[in-house]
Amino acid sequence: MKRGERITNSILEGGLKLSALLAIFLIFLIFIFIFKEALPIFTNPGVRSEVDLRDLFASSVWQPVSDHPRFSLLPLFLGTLKLSLIAILFATPLALGAAIFTAEFAPRALKETIKPGIEILAGIPSVVMGAFALLTLASVLQGIFGWTMRLNAVNAGIALGLAIVPTIYSVADDALRAVPGSFREAAYALGSRRNQAIFRVIIPVALPGIFAGFMLGLGRAIGETMIVLLASGNAAILSLDPALSTRSFSATIAAELGEVVFGSTHYAVLFFIGALLFVITFIINLIANLVVERFKVRLAGVA
Amino acid sequence: MEDKGINPWVSTEYSQPEYVRMIENIHALNENLIVRVEDFSLFYGDKPALKRINLSIKKNRVTAIIGPSGCGKSTLLRAFNRMNDLIPNVRIEGRILIDGEDICKKDTDLVALRRKVGMVFQKPNPFPMSIYENVAFGLKIAGEKDRARLDQLVEKSLRQAALWDEAGDILDRSALTLSGGQQQRLCLARALVIEPEIILMDEPASALDPISTAKLEALIYSLKKDYTIVIVTHNMQQAARVADYTAFLLLGELVEYDETRKIFTNPTDKRTEDYITGRFG
Amino acid sequence: MKGWDKFFALASGLCVLIIFAFLFWIIFIIARNGAGTISWEFFTAAPVEGMTEGGIFPAIYGTVFLVLVMTVFLMPFGVMAGIYLAEYAPQNSRLTQAIRLAVNNLAGVPSIVFGLFGVGFFIQYAGRGLDRTLGLETVFSQPCLLWAAATLAILNLPVVIKTSEEAIKAVPLEHREAAFALGATKLKMIVRVVLPQAFSGILTGAILSVSRGAGEVAPILFTGAAYYLPYIPKLPTDQFMELGYHIFVLSTQSPDVDKTQPLLYGTILVLLLLTLALNTFAIGLRVRMRRKYGR
Ligand SMILES: Nc1ncnc2c1ncn2[C@@H]1O[C@H](COP(=O)(O)OP(=O)(O)OP(=O)(O)O)[C@@H](O)[C@H]1O
Ligand SMILES: [Mg+2]
Repeated sequence: MKRGERITNSILEGGLKLSALLAIFLIFLIFIFIFKEALPIFTNPGVRSEVDLRDLFASSVWQPVSDHPRFSLLPLFLGTLKLSLIAILFATPLALGAAIFTAEFAPRALKETIKPGIEILAGIPSVVMGAFALLTLASVLQGIFGWTMRLNAVNAGIALGLAIVPTIYSVADDALRAVPGSFREAAYALGSRRNQAIFRVIIPVALPGIFAGFMLGLGRAIGETMIVLLASGNAAILSLDPALSTRSFSATIAAELGEVVFGSTHYAVLFFIGALLFVITFIINLIANLVVERFKVRLAGVA
Repeated sequence: MEDKGINPWVSTEYSQPEYVRMIENIHALNENLIVRVEDFSLFYGDKPALKRINLSIKKNRVTAIIGPSGCGKSTLLRAFNRMNDLIPNVRIEGRILIDGEDICKKDTDLVALRRKVGMVFQKPNPFPMSIYENVAFGLKIAGEKDRARLDQLVEKSLRQAALWDEAGDILDRSALTLSGGQQQRLCLARALVIEPEIILMDEPASALDPISTAKLEALIYSLKKDYTIVIVTHNMQQAARVADYTAFLLLGELVEYDETRKIFTNPTDKRTEDYITGRFG
Repeated sequence: MKGWDKFFALASGLCVLIIFAFLFWIIFIIARNGAGTISWEFFTAAPVEGMTEGGIFPAIYGTVFLVLVMTVFLMPFGVMAGIYLAEYAPQNSRLTQAIRLAVNNLAGVPSIVFGLFGVGFFIQYAGRGLDRTLGLETVFSQPCLLWAAATLAILNLPVVIKTSEEAIKAVPLEHREAAFALGATKLKMIVRVVLPQAFSGILTGAILSVSRGAGEVAPILFTGAAYYLPYIPKLPTDQFMELGYHIFVLSTQSPDVDKTQPLLYGTILVLLLLTLALNTFAIGLRVRMRRKYGR
């Protein structure tokens, strides 16, 4: 190799490495720049006179635009919790059942329809899902249950659940598939029925992967915005009643950041919520990813 | 016999001054030696795959490496163009001299080495490109852009590889549409186009039918006048048919290395005899 | 199969059925209600009468413009990072593990958080900095297509990195060896042998991210999308209308819900068809690739 060529090569290879390092860099950058805008809550006396940490976590009213703005995160936290819980309760059994069906029962041809079908579901934009829940699903649910509030936590939660089904499904499916065939054979050789093999051998082995899928789904449910914004009614009510209109962290940012004065207390609080969302989902994803890694390593040791 | 007195020889003994001197002498005596392997060992991790190999390879001759599966034939062959570098955790000891230059040194120019030492693999592995692009590949990566010269060299190597008659009209077709034997000759043409001095072949006929094999063997014979060829083969008859010299490897050790005729008619070592008479392996 | 086995087969099959029922329901409702709106005029006209009549041309135009600029930001970095991870990164090294973890975690960051990042970093920091250094009034320090595209590029970076890495790793070892044996340097081997073969895989990643970029609304809410524009944006520093955002606007802020409804469904149908087409194409490519490499 000529000298000149060697130097260009080193530069290009350096560029490749830098691009990969960009991922790490971005994680830090996101955290820093969101936190930076939230910082006045802690440092700026003017902002602190309007809101302090105690207000954020202890009081019970979210009323950012008024003569006496109140910034309690509690109703939003409860709303986020309620919504993601409903979504997870709706999505997990469906996704898991579908993954088990694909991995264990479906004939080959069917298998090759189910997977792309669920990928199609994953491809539906969340704003479309949200609009569907707003326009159609809400009326159907109200017709069945007779709720007074048409847009509520159940409506948004189900739409949210549909959106995270593909996430849980694909991770669970990978996990089930990763279980070595030898385990299955061993179970059958011992005279197990199919359901015994599935529930006593395959699912326990794949459990970390299934758990990871659940966590990733949860992370997405907590952060998902447009569905909640369109389908939940967005009232910041401090209640656990799923039939009431509900407001989440993410939807609050989406609904309010557009009209907020740059640098105001409200602006800082919204970024604080963003930082909170980032940290919560980051931790959830971190756990999920670490579990997946360990799971892969462990199975690689077996196979 | 013209080769008398420069009989390539073998020893698995320790490198002693006397022994080294002997190599030098032989080398000095005969400029026709192109490769010299000196006390060469190779380890995959901790596992030795080649143990203190010593042998010399003659220019413009075909040298066969035979031995049972897993004895280190491919490993030895791939040491000549440092392809083992691609495998992690490989460690080597000793030297391999090609044209008098140690190729095992850290600062060896691998690009230059591999352009001097070409290789044909066990399974035909043409790139999924046109026939023309496959052959021209080695020239293009070296910066050759002159279309006329490319055309001319591509034709020349396809002729050398006895593929021109079959593929001359379909140069734009995907190489993957060729038959296995044609693909292997294409790979040969691809290696020939950059005019290496040595061509390494790792069981080049193992994936081919008998007719394609015969063609390839005839080709090897005809290429001898321009190239030095080292061929790994499982097939004893093939070694006997194409090779001037034959090396027998067993469990990473070089057991015997001599003229092919001698190896097959009158082997010195009992293990060689057992192997070629099919008593094991 | 009998007894419990049959029960579990049916129960898990039912889950599949429910999921697909919802999928078809969504598509059916949107197709039925939106089909009537689709016309040549709908595609080519701008919204009029407070968006209760007219078409969605500016939104389609803005969406295409947006994803094009996004792709320009996204693909070079994404593919380069994929090449690094597949070809250069020492496996099992701490740094490589950290990069992989970062990529996976980046994929899980909520899209609204990317939107905030776009505001905090691109508009308030990079935009202001640019305006100050270039001595401009407010050009870069305001929401615009450039920043929305950059934000979407970051959101899609993990998708492209992962699909590229996977596609590159799928290229058979024999082809790499053949290239090396012909005296190719690693970089030449990658450029001439690996990348052409990985092309369809990389394309899959590009299409998936374009599809996602066209559908994501949260990241562009505050970084550049406009409620309504009386003109067609020409520069990346202009604001723009976008299909997803237009759906949001029509469904929440319409002065006359009944009059808007057909337009709303029409817009949803267009976005849905666009993303479905892109996804189907990407899935098809992937299936073909898996067959080719027998995986
Ligand atoms: N990448 C590798 N990592 C670890 N060990 C290896 C690797 N490649 C080869 N070996 C080991 O080194 C020894 C020699 O292998 P090599 O491929 O050179 O044998 P061979 O004589 O070419 O066999 P065959 O006739 O089957 O091709 C074998 O024991 C093999 O298991
Ligand atoms: Mg071999």
